[in-house]
Amino acid sequence: MNLLYDPWPWYVAGPLIALTMFILLYIGKQFGMSSNLRTMCSIGGAGKYSDFFKFDWRAQRWNLVVVIGAIIGGFIASQFMSDNTVKINPEVAQQLSTDYGIESAGEAYLPTELFSSEHLTDPFVLVILIIGGFMVGFGARYAGGCTSGHAISGLSNLQLPSLIAVIGFFIGGLVMIHLLFPLIFS
Amino acid sequence: MKYISYLTIGIFFGIIMYKSEAASWFRIYEMFQFGSFHMYGIIGSALVIGVIGVQIIKKYKIKAIGGNEMNLHPKTKSVARYLIGGIIFGLGWALAGACPGPMYVLVGAGYSSILVVIGGALLGTFVYGLIKNKLPH
Repeated sequence: MNLLYDPWPWYVAGPLIALTMFILLYIGKQFGMSSNLRTMCSIGGAGKYSDFFKFDWRAQRWNLVVVIGAIIGGFIASQFMSDNTVKINPEVAQQLSTDYGIESAGEAYLPTELFSSEHLTDPFVLVILIIGGFMVGFGARYAGGCTSGHAISGLSNLQLPSLIAVIGFFIGGLVMIHLLFPLIFS
Repeated sequence: MKYISYLTIGIFFGIIMYKSEAASWFRIYEMFQFGSFHMYGIIGSALVIGVIGVQIIKKYKIKAIGGNEMNLHPKTKSVARYLIGGIIFGLGWALAGACPGPMYVLVGAGYSSILVVIGGALLGTFVYGLIKNKLPH
């Protein structure tokens, strides 16, 4: 196995994510990505419309630097460490193709049918991307955290609220894939 | 100097997200179809190590750098906000195929469409701020 170029298996990635969390804890911070969205709203002047955005965002600058790092990391990994294809379970790939006409599984990192830039003029695709993003942003703030803040940090600290949130994540995800996808995509 | 360490942590995290394919829409779809152990393995192994590590930190009262307390605050107790907010988040996570960390990673990987998703996420955060007081928490 070529560790630099091949996809990393779960038993490499999972421990490294835990390590990321511990490094942040050790330097006095907390692992949580969605709070950056609130910080960005505050910087953009959202405090004029709601007190929720009136907070000392300068204290959150460190997390924005982590975001800049994540962008650079994505650039490095996609340019030099990956062939940018994702080989999922062939049965799932086949099902995506027959049921929804999404045929890029195994050939791309993201489905080209939704994420290639030429589809950005397609209103259907735009609505999917905006609504998907909207629910992620709205839901993460309502629940007080996302995958990093609840599923990793919160559950590591054995927080019951985080367990409820993660159960919610899965209810939402399963409803979307099993009940709503057939209505949206076919 | 401090910012260099945050930047390094971010780069490290970005590479992990991309290389583990946790930033791939396909992996999220496959996870909710129970088509592979991959995503469950990532979250599960991070969690097992996380739980053990946090217990060790608490038992031996390990301090953060500079002798400060570790940032391990208990979360406010409630059911409604976590369950309803969580479900809305999950719906979006499965549709957009990206959660807030991987979104930024995909910007660096050059997927311009993800900027639309981030725009939607910022809008969702903003609307939450506007109607927050009317929602059950």
